[in-house]
Amino acid sequence: MEGIEKIKEVAALAVPGAQIEIVNSTPAAQQPALLVNREHVHAVAKFFKEDPRFQMDFCSCVTGVDYLPKADKPGFIEVVYHLYSVAQRQGPIVLKVRAPRELDSCRVPSLTPLWRGCEFQEREAYDLYGVKFDGHPDLRRILMWDEFTDHPMRKDYAPPADYEWEPTPHDDTLQRSAQAGGIVPPTAIQELEKARKK
Amino acid sequence: MIQPLAEPGRYTLTAGPIGRADARPSGEGLIETQKLEVSIGPQHPSTHGVFRMDCVLDGETVIALKPVMGYLHRNHEQLAERMAWLGSMPYTDRLDYFNSMTNNWAYALAVERLAGIKVPDRAEYIRVIMSELTRILNHSCVIGFMLQDLGAWGTPLLYAFRERERILDLFEAVSGSRMMCNYMRFGGVRVDMTPKDLAAANDIVARFPRFLDEFEKLLTTNEVLLARTQRIGILPKELAINAGISGPMARASGVEYDVRKIDRYGVYGRFDFRVPVGDVGDVYDRYYVRVLEMRQSINILQQALRDIPAGPHIAPEVKLRNFKIPPGDGYGRIEAPKGELGFYLVSDEGGKQPYRYHVRPPSFINLTTLEDMCLGHKVADVVIVLGSIDIVLGEVDR
Repeated sequence: MEGIEKIKEVAALAVPGAQIEIVNSTPAAQQPALLVNREHVHAVAKFFKEDPRFQMDFCSCVTGVDYLPKADKPGFIEVVYHLYSVAQRQGPIVLKVRAPRELDSCRVPSLTPLWRGCEFQEREAYDLYGVKFDGHPDLRRILMWDEFTDHPMRKDYAPPADYEWEPTPHDDTLQRSAQAGGIVPPTAIQELEKARKK
Repeated sequence: MIQPLAEPGRYTLTAGPIGRADARPSGEGLIETQKLEVSIGPQHPSTHGVFRMDCVLDGETVIALKPVMGYLHRNHEQLAERMAWLGSMPYTDRLDYFNSMTNNWAYALAVERLAGIKVPDRAEYIRVIMSELTRILNHSCVIGFMLQDLGAWGTPLLYAFRERERILDLFEAVSGSRMMCNYMRFGGVRVDMTPKDLAAANDIVARFPRFLDEFEKLLTTNEVLLARTQRIGILPKELAINAGISGPMARASGVEYDVRKIDRYGVYGRFDFRVPVGDVGDVYDRYYVRVLEMRQSINILQQALRDIPAGPHIAPEVKLRNFKIPPGDGYGRIEAPKGELGFYLVSDEGGKQPYRYHVRPPSFINLTTLEDMCLGHKVADVVIVLGSIDIVLGEVDR
C-alpha cells in the first residue's frame, strides 16, 4: 500500500468535497490516520471498501475517544475505525471522525451498513460515550443496563456515591425494626436515612 | 452474497403480542402452535458464564435470537485509564482468563509499538512458546466444553483438563501463577525460563501429540458428534469477513487469515507452519480447525524450543519505573486463541498513563453473527453453536 499522502489524495479525488486531514500517531507506531468530516465519512469508507486498490473488507476495531475542551480548543468525541483488507492482506487504514461533546449534537454516520463488524462496537461507543450513530440498525445499550442514563467512559463522568444501594422489599421491615429499637446493621440505617431525605 | 442485516424491530422482544394472539396454524393446519419467548441464561451452565440469549421459538425452531451481555461489565478500560502503563498488565490477565499469556502479549505489543521498544530474541522466543502453549490449552479445553454441551458429560473435558494441568504447572513454575500469569513486560518477559522449565516444555510437547491422537480417535469420526455438528450453524465466508469474525471461527468458514502470518509480529516469520482452513463453516469445521491448529502449534513449539537463543530476557534499556510514551496513538494486535486481540492506545501530554485504552476483544465481536448461525435450527443446537464460537465472558463484558 502507498504512503498516507497518496491515500489521502486518491480518497479526496474519489469523494469530491470531503475534507481529509492527516493525523499522526506516535513517532514509533507509524500508523497515521485520516480525519474525515462527518458528512463524507460514509462515502470515504465506502470508497476504501469497494475500490480494487484497497478492498478494505474487514473493519477490525471501532473506538470512541473523549477529548475534553482545552484552553483554546473546544472538546470533541472522536470515533476511530481500523480497516484491514483480508483479500489483499494489507492495512490498516485508520479513519477518524469527530463530533461535538454535547449529547444532542454528538452524532456521526454509522458504518454498520458497510461492515457488520461495527455493529456491537458502535453500540459500545454509544453506550459508553453517548455517540449516536445515524443509520445503525439496532442502537441500544450493550454493556450497561438499559435503565442506566449516563455515559460512563466520558472523561467528565462522576459516579454516584450510592450506586450500589437500591430500595429492597425489606426496607419497611428494617424501618419498623429500627423504630422499635431493634438491632439493624448500621449501614442499612444510614441508607434508610438517605432514602428518607430524598 | 452478503446476507442483509437484521431489520430493526423485526421481532420486538418482550413487547409484541406473544401467546394466543400470535398463534398460527402449523404446516398441516391441524395443530395451532404459538411463538414462545425463551431467555437462555444468564445463569444457564451452557452459556459459559453470565451470558444471556433472548430467543423466540416456533415449536423448537429458533426464529429470532438476541445476545444480551454486560453482566460481568466492570469498566476495565476506565480502570486502566486511571493507572500507569504497567499497572494494567496484571488486569489484562482477567480479560480472557483462560489465556492470560496472550492477553499480556497483546498489551505489551501495543505499548512496544507506541514507544518503539525492540524486544530481544530470547524474549520473543519465550513469548512464542508461552502463547502456543496457551493456544493448545485453550483449544483442547474448548473442544471439551463443546462436547459437554453436546451431552458428553465430563469425559472429554477431563481428558483435556489433564493435559491443561501439565501446561498450568509449567506456567506456575515460570511465572508464579497458574492462570493469572502477569508474565510479560514491555521489552520482554518478567523472568527467564530456566533449563528445567525448557525441559518441562519439551516434555509437554513430546507427549501432547499422543493425547491428540487419542482425543481425535474418540471424536473426529464419532457418529454422535458428526450427527450433531455437521451442517449446523453455518457461517458463510463473505459474512464472516464482513462481520469482523476472526480466529479459528473465521478460518473454519474458509477465510485464510491469520495475524501470525499477516503481521509476522514477534518472530513468527521464522517458523514454518501452515494455517488450517475449513470449507463448510459449520460447527464440525470449527472443531476440526482447532484440532489441526493444535498440531500446527506443536510444530511451532518444536521449532521454538529447538532454536531458542541465549541472551537477555528483557530489553535492558527499558525503564519500567516512570515509564512514559510520547503523545500519539497506535493499534497493536496479535492472533490470540480466540481470534484477533487488539489494543488501541492513546497517550497524551505527560504520557505517564494511557489517555485511552481500548480492547478489541475477539469473542465479543465473534458473537455478532450468533443470530445468523442459529436461525432455523433447533434450540438444542443454539448451545452447540455458542460453544463453537468459544467465548469467555471476562473478555466479552470487560
